Amino acid sequence: MEWFKKIKPKVRVREKKVKMPEGLWVKCDACKEIVYKQELEKNLNVCPKCNFHFRISAWQRIEQLADPGTFVEFDQGVASLDPLGFKDSKRYKDRIKENVEKTGLNEAVICGECQLGGFPIQMCVMEFAFLGGSMASALGEKITRAIERSIERRMPLVIVSISGGARMQEGVLSLMQMAKASAALAKLSEQGLPFISVCTDPTTGGVSASYAMLGDLIFAEPRALIGFAGPRVIEQTILQKLPEGFQRAEFLLEHGMLDKIVDRRDLKHTLVQSLKFFLAEPVEKGA
Amino acid sequence: MMYQAVDFERPIVEIEKKIEELRIIANGGGMDVDEEIRRLEKKARRLTRDVYLKLSRWQRTLLARHPTRPYMLDYVGLMCEGFIELHGDRAFADDHAMVGGMAWFEGIPVMVIGQQKGRDTKDKVYRNFGMAHPEGYRKALRLMKLAEKYGRPILTLIDTPGAYPGIGAEERGQAEAIARNQFEMATLRVPLIAAIIGEGGSGGALALGVGNRVLMQENAIYSVISPEGCASILWRDTAKAPEAAEAMKITAQDLAELGVVDEIVREPMGGAHRDHKRAASLLRRVIRRHLRELMAMSPEEIVAQRIDKYRQIGVYEEI
Repeated sequence: MEWFKKIKPKVRVREKKVKMPEGLWVKCDACKEIVYKQELEKNLNVCPKCNFHFRISAWQRIEQLADPGTFVEFDQGVASLDPLGFKDSKRYKDRIKENVEKTGLNEAVICGECQLGGFPIQMCVMEFAFLGGSMASALGEKITRAIERSIERRMPLVIVSISGGARMQEGVLSLMQMAKASAALAKLSEQGLPFISVCTDPTTGGVSASYAMLGDLIFAEPRALIGFAGPRVIEQTILQKLPEGFQRAEFLLEHGMLDKIVDRRDLKHTLVQSLKFFLAEPVEKGA
Repeated sequence: MMYQAVDFERPIVEIEKKIEELRIIANGGGMDVDEEIRRLEKKARRLTRDVYLKLSRWQRTLLARHPTRPYMLDYVGLMCEGFIELHGDRAFADDHAMVGGMAWFEGIPVMVIGQQKGRDTKDKVYRNFGMAHPEGYRKALRLMKLAEKYGRPILTLIDTPGAYPGIGAEERGQAEAIARNQFEMATLRVPLIAAIIGEGGSGGALALGVGNRVLMQENAIYSVISPEGCASILWRDTAKAPEAAEAMKITAQDLAELGVVDEIVREPMGGAHRDHKRAASLLRRVIRRHLRELMAMSPEEIVAQRIDKYRQIGVYEEI
């Protein structure tokens, strides 16, 4: 049956199917099984057959984590400009416009306040569909403001990261946002307020080399790609094939870079328990 | 010293060579070549001015990477006295791409830290082309913390193509090391001056770059990704690096305008590589002035000023 195998649909076709909103069935990227879409969604977009974690939008993530009806967004009007007048095959200005229209967001992160298991927290969730979740001035500003709100309101901070790295179209301003957010986190830390970082697939470049790796706790979703340099850059530098599983969450855990890999279906529970550990009054049993 | 010229320098170097030859002839005996020498010198000066006053961003990139440009240890030798190098991150290894140690800057004890590139092939490999691993950044942080403990100012000299992208670097947490440095540097209670003396390559540069003052030599570059890297991603062609350099705006002038760099440090005409001593003395003068200002501030003011400086950076709108 060799000839039969060859006409398997290509990746591109599959992706299209996944994105089709009205489709009833979805093919899993990992195990290639056909999954009933409703069942998949009920399972928080984790494949019920193989546990593959599908990429989800920032709003979906917020819905999964925040206590129902508690999320209040801040700074939704903070938006990217084009400080360098950057143009490659397209003008950066036009790219921003397209992405705003595509996602309904002004920038690649949604920041707000909500309750998580009853704990009031500040939460930032990045959106990959907006220019690959790339680091930029507006994004750095929003994250920094969220950190500052955590300090002002004395609340813990949770950031769910997803990012391909820096936004080259903003040049060194993109780089400087890393320092800006890291400096704000240093202040948060001095105040003794918890910061939990959740890395999802992928978290690389400028985001991993700043707040994503600075959590009191760092969690990651299974199989998430997390690293400083992208695998392609490394391959081109060392001229070797990279080992299987390189820069995946399991690899990072093995090398001591993560506190824990958390299945999406346990994420909320794990976050709430962590907040309890840090913040709740101890209750002595049998007292 | 063997002088290696980049393309646009060649006409100038040719004339200088000719002058040199004429001098030798003149010294050899009798011939009057003074007139000719004067004429050529004037020509060389004019040409130098013409070339260097309107360098493109890509030409500056080539100067920033010039093979005879002074490196970190050259500046330490020319600007400081009594340098004692300190090694290792106390956890894994001593990274030869990162150098740090105790020194005296005009009598003031300072911790000086920076990436070091190599001159010849063997040295380049030993220094890993100035690309540090996590242990390099951790060594740097260890030394910064040590300086803070004893109230000594910190001077970082930045010159790196970037943090090393390799398997070991990822295994040992390159991203974490770079993030940690920024985080810890933000609240150091001693003055920190960062000077970009060549290539300011992305996160690898920023990991030493969170200063109260960020100085930049006029032919240095500082960017979020190398022009080649940017070109390969956005234009899918590394040959478009000059275009990428233009688009990303990576020169000292650009960064001063964006509020990222506090002061541009002049270089000798033609670039720092043409006169190491003069380059060092120009840099020393600027560092001295900023160091004096910062040493008059309290530790609280130092921390607040540094954090506030980064807080202000960024261009966005609010709809």
